[in-house]
Amino acid sequence: MLLEPERYEHYEDLFYHFEATRREFIKVVGGGIVVLCLCGDALAQGRGGRGSGGAASQDLGAWLHIGEDGVATVYTGKVELGQNIRTSLAQAVAEELRVPPKSVQLVMGDTDLVPFDMGTFGSLTTPTMSPQLRRAAASAREMLLDLAAEQWKVERISLVVAEGKVTHAATNRSLTFGQLTRGQKLMRTIGGDIPLTPVDQWKIAGKSLRKVSGTEVVTGQHRHASDIKRPGMMYGKVLRPPSFGATLSSANLSAAEAMGAIALRDGDFVGVAATSDHLASQAFQAIDAKWQSSQQSSSSGELFDHLKKSATQAQVPGRAPGTSLGDADSRVRLEQGITSADLKLEQTYTVAYIAHAPLEPRAAVAEWNGDKLTVWTGTQRPFGVRGELAQAFRISEERVRVIAPDTGGGYGGKQTGEAAIEAARLAKASGKPVKVVWTREEEFSWAYFRPAGVIEVRSGVMKDGTLTAWEFHNYNSGASGIRTPYNIPNQKIQFHQTQSPLRQGSYRALAATANHFARETHLDELAQAVKIDPVQFRLKNLTDERQRAVLEAAAERFQWGKRKKGKDEGFGIACGNEKNSVVATCARIKIERPSGRVRVLHVVTAFECGAIINPDHLRNQIEGCTVMGLGGALFEAVEFENGKISNPRFSKYRVPRFSDTPHIETVLLDRKDLPSAGAGETPMVVVAPAIGNALFDATGVRLRSMPLAPKGMVA
Amino acid sequence: MAETRGAQPAISGARAEVVELRVNGIRHSVHTSPERSLLSVLREDLDLTGAKYGCGEGQCGACTVLVDGQPVRSCITRVSAVARKKITTIEGLAKNGRLHPVQEAFLEVDVMQCGYCTPGMILSAVALLKKHPHPSDEEIERSMEGNVCRCGTYPRIRAALRIAAQKMELLSKEGGHAAGT
Ligand code: FES
Ligand code: FES
Repeated sequence: MLLEPERYEHYEDLFYHFEATRREFIKVVGGGIVVLCLCGDALAQGRGGRGSGGAASQDLGAWLHIGEDGVATVYTGKVELGQNIRTSLAQAVAEELRVPPKSVQLVMGDTDLVPFDMGTFGSLTTPTMSPQLRRAAASAREMLLDLAAEQWKVERISLVVAEGKVTHAATNRSLTFGQLTRGQKLMRTIGGDIPLTPVDQWKIAGKSLRKVSGTEVVTGQHRHASDIKRPGMMYGKVLRPPSFGATLSSANLSAAEAMGAIALRDGDFVGVAATSDHLASQAFQAIDAKWQSSQQSSSSGELFDHLKKSATQAQVPGRAPGTSLGDADSRVRLEQGITSADLKLEQTYTVAYIAHAPLEPRAAVAEWNGDKLTVWTGTQRPFGVRGELAQAFRISEERVRVIAPDTGGGYGGKQTGEAAIEAARLAKASGKPVKVVWTREEEFSWAYFRPAGVIEVRSGVMKDGTLTAWEFHNYNSGASGIRTPYNIPNQKIQFHQTQSPLRQGSYRALAATANHFARETHLDELAQAVKIDPVQFRLKNLTDERQRAVLEAAAERFQWGKRKKGKDEGFGIACGNEKNSVVATCARIKIERPSGRVRVLHVVTAFECGAIINPDHLRNQIEGCTVMGLGGALFEAVEFENGKISNPRFSKYRVPRFSDTPHIETVLLDRKDLPSAGAGETPMVVVAPAIGNALFDATGVRLRSMPLAPKGMVA
Repeated sequence: MAETRGAQPAISGARAEVVELRVNGIRHSVHTSPERSLLSVLREDLDLTGAKYGCGEGQCGACTVLVDGQPVRSCITRVSAVARKKITTIEGLAKNGRLHPVQEAFLEVDVMQCGYCTPGMILSAVALLKKHPHPSDEEIERSMEGNVCRCGTYPRIRAALRIAAQKMELLSKEGGHAAGT
């Protein structure tokens, strides 16, 4: 089974062609001021696979253009999928340029216009792209000051930049950016050494600003990839195998062709394209195909056994102090840590496969002009998809342009270019632009899933609550968030790869959700065993001040220890950290009788991700993470049997809806002294254990498998 | 093991005919098979792409439009069934350049993440507020349960509904037409 590249996220196999693109870019934008921004160190680190850091740091990260009309346009390979970075990046640029955010345009995810970017994932936009753009903007501002100083023959120091103008107060003169850039052709390349406006002086960044494309969205004007229309466009449909791994033996396309559709078989690919979506569906139905199914027939029933049995090598992610590499000495110490403990606990936790189910399924429109291919598609990795297309059609990447319009959800699930390749193949066959939109069923069956996993934990604790030993094995889910924030002297933490029966890939927060679920549930079990309050128990073993701060903030807002429990109610808490931000969540749940339905009534999440760029959008992300996390915690699970997904519809795969939504409170800790980290993922990692711990509190039943209560709690 | 997927019966033997549609106050004569879904006619024939495809089985609400003021899942509505009825899509909700109070409220609360569910949410909310000008949480749940927001912005949609309710009350007090549909 193919391992999705994004599973370990810092993946990259495409090279950016620096010189060629720079020249082309200058041709495209024309006069004015251009600032080319080289990747900072943070990004270079993420490009470990690229070989020497020196080469990577020469890559362009983004560019900024101030045209002769004074309009500032940013070009970035990041894409908008609902994390609202189009807004937060505009804010960051506006801050340094001293202009209103609405006068900053962003060109995003168009591979012909923006510099190479490995993709939008891993919460990297805010920590890496945002500072680059701020530096580019700060440097453009300095260039504008130079231009004005030269024109007026005055000292730069006597000039002020504000509201899109440079002003010389002494002589009451001012020039707009457009007046300054007219007739100019200036280009500057900058590195990481441009001074930025200190966070405590921010006027535009750090404040809530509404989604910049809000009006287009509420009026239905925004065009997602699935809304794109091209002259002469045809509609395509692709035949799927009846089960995973099945191979095509024969396909009779004559009936489809007789209807006037283009029908195509190329290897195992069978598809049709027709002038209307209706005709395409009819032609599609008329295909007569025979398949040879593969013998592999795993099912969700025996999944966890299978994962454990097929485990291959172990990996030790990073190396925490006391983390064992499996050498004899540390193994002995781990065993001593366990033997010397007053209490020992050994438990197994599991998580199911779940689906991203973005509301906009995979969609693409492809168009060939001679041997040049243009594809509009909703993706998190436009350059990755460009590479896939170049490979599939054996053409060079320069001949492929991928444009990623702001997309209807991704959550880690849109890093691949299936629909793009399918549309391009059909477009090639028909000689016309072709649109392919996956059905919900296709999206549920043929996209990739959040990995399932088995996690085994063995631990030791003293009666006073001191943790003495920690052994943690994760089979299949991944290594993100696997290290414990608690101070435990003897540790062994390992991730084991397995043979996943389903196609799996990255999912919002990756394995951090699974690992936090196991760790924080286990912590709760230990606290219970030594009869110490779960908050006190955690604090006793935590020294990290950021982690303590969010834990205490969440507990305080929730009134942990003071709040009265209603009938059939339970409270739970959990905390953790990932991607340089820290989080703690408290949940209040209620079991409805007699149905047994679990209602999450109230969730308090305290979150800290360094300096906050847009507090309201941060809140929105935390709320969204809570709702999405709740689905995986309580009821979402992909079921499969005989190589088929058995619940590939919203009527069978339950996603969170209005009635599932709790009252959500967010506590934001703004650390202006710390660099801003991304926030679209980490707020979800402790939702499940907080809910699970609350369920235990309500019922005395400990649930160790996610989803916790797909059919409610009858106990 | 061999598996066969024989040619399946064609979706419709029905021949194309002319269907009269009244969308956002404009009449269209659409030459189409009467079996097609309203959603695909709106999107593909009329290029009104504000109604979105999310599931095709009436389970997500992304395709919601108003037919004679009632919220309808256009993905499971045959186009012939709504001939000559008054259809409102998200593109036709603003009147004379003025946004509907629900649209304004969505902007004010800054509801949107990806925004794919938004048109369907707004139209469902418009229908709900018409029936219950001040809906309780339970009424919101009951009538909006069929609208999925995978980004999880439900708390904000709820807040936007409250604000929209106030706006509409104010408008009707002022005697202005509460941009109803
Ligand atoms: S697309 Fe119509 S309800 Fe989902
Ligand atoms: S905002 Fe993305 S689905 Fe609702």
